[in-house]
Amino acid sequence: MTKTITDVICPFCGTLCDDLIVTTDDEGKKIVDVENACAIGAEKFISASNHQHRKTRPRKLQEDGSFKEITYDEAVEYTAQMLVNAKKPSMYGWSSTSCEAQSVGHEIAELCGALVDNTAAVCHGTTLVAVQNVGIPSCTLGEVKNRADRIIFWGCNPAHAHPRHMSRYSIFPRGYFTGKGQKQRKIIVVDPRPTDTAGIADVHLQVEQGYDYELLQALRAAVRGQEISGDIVAGVPKEKVYEAAEMLKSGRFGVIFFGMGVTQSLGKDHNIDAAIMLTSDLNNYTKFSIIAMRGHYNVTGSGQVLGWQFGFPYSVDLSRGFARYNPGETGTIEVLKRKEIDAMFVLGSDPGAHFPMQCVKEISRLPSVAVDPHITPTTEICKVHVPVAFVGVEVGGNCYRMDNVPIEARKVVEPPEGMMTDTEFLKAVLKRVKELRAD
Amino acid sequence: MSEYIIKNGKVYDPKTGIKGDISDVCIKNGKIAEKVSSKAKIIDAKGKTVMAGAVEVHAHVAGPKVNEGRNFRPEDKLFTYQPTGKNTRMAGGFSIPTTFKTGYEYAKMGYTTVMEAAMPPLYARHVHEEIKDTPIIDEGAFPVFGNNWFVFEYLKNDEMDNVCAYISWLLRATRGYAIKIVNPGGSEAWGWGENCATVNDPVPYFDITPAEIVKGLLTANEKMGLPHSIHIHSNNLGNPGNFETTLDTLKIAEGVRPDNKFGREQVLHHTHVQFHSYKGDNWANFESGSKEIADYFNKNKNMTMDLGCVTLDETTTMTADGPFEHHLTSLNHLKWANVDVELETSSGIVPYVYDPNIKVCAIQWCIGLELGLLAKDPMRTFITTDHPNAGPFTRYPRIMKWLMSDKTRQNMLKGFKNSDKVIAATNLASIDRELTMYEIAQMTRAGPARSLGLYNIFGGLAPGMDADVAVFNIDEDRIEDPEDIEKAFSAADCVFKSGTMVVENGEVISNGNKRTLWVDAKIPMNQQVKRDVQMKFLKFYSMNLNNYEVSNHYVPNPYVIEVDN
Repeated sequence: MTKTITDVICPFCGTLCDDLIVTTDDEGKKIVDVENACAIGAEKFISASNHQHRKTRPRKLQEDGSFKEITYDEAVEYTAQMLVNAKKPSMYGWSSTSCEAQSVGHEIAELCGALVDNTAAVCHGTTLVAVQNVGIPSCTLGEVKNRADRIIFWGCNPAHAHPRHMSRYSIFPRGYFTGKGQKQRKIIVVDPRPTDTAGIADVHLQVEQGYDYELLQALRAAVRGQEISGDIVAGVPKEKVYEAAEMLKSGRFGVIFFGMGVTQSLGKDHNIDAAIMLTSDLNNYTKFSIIAMRGHYNVTGSGQVLGWQFGFPYSVDLSRGFARYNPGETGTIEVLKRKEIDAMFVLGSDPGAHFPMQCVKEISRLPSVAVDPHITPTTEICKVHVPVAFVGVEVGGNCYRMDNVPIEARKVVEPPEGMMTDTEFLKAVLKRVKELRAD
Repeated sequence: MSEYIIKNGKVYDPKTGIKGDISDVCIKNGKIAEKVSSKAKIIDAKGKTVMAGAVEVHAHVAGPKVNEGRNFRPEDKLFTYQPTGKNTRMAGGFSIPTTFKTGYEYAKMGYTTVMEAAMPPLYARHVHEEIKDTPIIDEGAFPVFGNNWFVFEYLKNDEMDNVCAYISWLLRATRGYAIKIVNPGGSEAWGWGENCATVNDPVPYFDITPAEIVKGLLTANEKMGLPHSIHIHSNNLGNPGNFETTLDTLKIAEGVRPDNKFGREQVLHHTHVQFHSYKGDNWANFESGSKEIADYFNKNKNMTMDLGCVTLDETTTMTADGPFEHHLTSLNHLKWANVDVELETSSGIVPYVYDPNIKVCAIQWCIGLELGLLAKDPMRTFITTDHPNAGPFTRYPRIMKWLMSDKTRQNMLKGFKNSDKVIAATNLASIDRELTMYEIAQMTRAGPARSLGLYNIFGGLAPGMDADVAVFNIDEDRIEDPEDIEKAFSAADCVFKSGTMVVENGEVISNGNKRTLWVDAKIPMNQQVKRDVQMKFLKFYSMNLNNYEVSNHYVPNPYVIEVDN
């Protein structure tokens, strides 16, 4: 008899779907089917339960470039010694793990005077800075489903990056006041490329690459009924800008979703400032919200836990004995570039694949530990790789959706025998760090 | 567990009626005891004040909007950070401190029980994660009901049994403590950018009025016999002339008698009344309506209130009253955060500077204190700042000083830039009442505890009650300088939480054994409500029903109040 587990949370993207149905074999060890998930989410479950390709014990990099298996105890000892002996270690990642693990990690960071940073550093960090500048009028995704009749996707492509976003929350669902679903909604996509998301839009504003700020400010002007100079703004004809502004104002409830296309392109946080102010302005005419399309399934949670424990959402520097926050100075990329840290701990992220090469080289030079269920570019350049159970598949824990709604991930199968979870590993490191510091 | 005897202190305890007499307080097994053995550790409290641990009835200290406030105001941390200590985590923030700092600062002031004032049910797990990370103090949280679609529909159809069953279910699902109502109907209207400014404005699409929502929830609360009454923030907060809306709201409770087994004597608690006691019809002729409100409260004994005193600081306003925060950002043009929550509520956050040089701010400062001084029954009138809305909770000692010293109040009044205008618009200059230490104990200990239905365990020093005790280095009969009041209450000599010494000489020495209070109302789900809940989750929520309830491990040390009416 197979076992069926319902209401499973998908630990992949910030959409954090919580309606998956997972079927396991009769021993509850292998996942045989995943329903309701997108292709990416389903693959995460299926591949997790395929143990052949996984490392199940920590490994240490040898002088000849090969890896030698070590015990979890040895990995705990290496990690604790590395963090305690470092003057300024960095503890980066935290986006693909549970809030429980983050919390233990923060306590270690506090004791060791580490920098704590999450993947917002290469993602929505600019959004967080913009929110600190101008605030953020927002709502939960259920509000979008029940009320929204105007949807903008700006610099994001949910058709591929957040595959179920459109069907669960934004374009297709029929909600309380939106009984006709998609027919009741006008969709605007702003993207330099004709993406698959743009393909289903009512209006595609093909902004010239790098000119998002200009287009946003033009829209603000148009919303206020002001004259726009020039016939073409950021590659978009002036008439089209007025038309779009009118479409936004005429709705009853609108929402802007935005992604990497605006947060990490020219202008960065200034783009988001403008997008948020456009949302604020629109609230003088109708109801409008703005939501960041967060990537990792719990990058939002990392910002939350950092927030209530230290008061800042990312780039937190604890090395002086109290929390400091100055993105651009205390961020992981910056300190790696300046060669300012002397140890690197990575959990729940893959900087080896996403950081500038200069930083990746620096990580490979440093004493370093990567905690990750997968083999990744990061685990290959770190001195020690600690494989752990998959959060959301082999161990539960709290996660925050892109709209900050907390949902507790479930455990559906047992991890390979003898494997630690990341919370267990961190707790062991914390214990050892306390012992070492007591000496 | 250790035994203690606090000897020779001046004890102020409304529960036992001790009004500053020299007396000993014994602690044994975490409770107040009649006597202790000779092994008991002696605390010499000669010349000092001894009170029960204080009970906070309304503060925003944990949850999504508090944390959004922290994250979107890095400037709030400037110059506030304390490094890691022997028993403490690093802690920072002023108007929205980190969870650790929240626990430490409350404990240092002798507060041992705190109620989080607004929990959006969908975010309950977040609230409890923060509560779990707030050391020392016992905490509970009030889920918001005043803009909930289930409540609207059941009340509209006059289905009181279903309202009660739903409330009971939601309290359990969110591990919540009481029925909170914020801008009834108005926060739902905000879903369309609108508001309900009076108790008779219909809620768009739901065919119900704020008055009907309040009346319905009040009836349900008494029918269920919950420990706390409905806890209301009425419509039209913060606007000139709103005292009439406040009176209209209070009138809904007129003549209703409390029905519960917890010793609670009120049927309605109105929170941060300062924000609801404004006369005038614009900001130019804005004036105090505290007399009208206080008179009404003095006459109607089935109500309690907390003050919401403005402390004249730079702070962060946050409320489930979404339309109000939008109004505020258009007044002060500071950054605005808003979160509308599906089927349940809305909320907003805006930083605010209460500048004593601005006439309106100075008048607001007067109104909060006037309410505290004009209210005749301190057992029904509690000190709060609606933290962090009118000021941070760390200013409570300062408010006590103002309430206890006419001289400091008059000096403040004289010092305002618009002194004459402020005096003309308020009553404070003509009030010379000075509250006594006993009255402070009523307003911060016994009163709030009784109002919350917790007076059998908290807020007093009778044998058998929880040993939450605070000793302050001040003697009411020997106060030379009013500043000594603020100093003494800011850092207690020692504080006990459930019999554990948590603060000594103003420093945190233990993280105690904090508990989460929640109310299990034990009304079974009926088939109708069960079906309605399933349908709404299927069709309108963005989360599955089975992922909604807060699991027990987020409430690791629960104190469950069971209601069996």
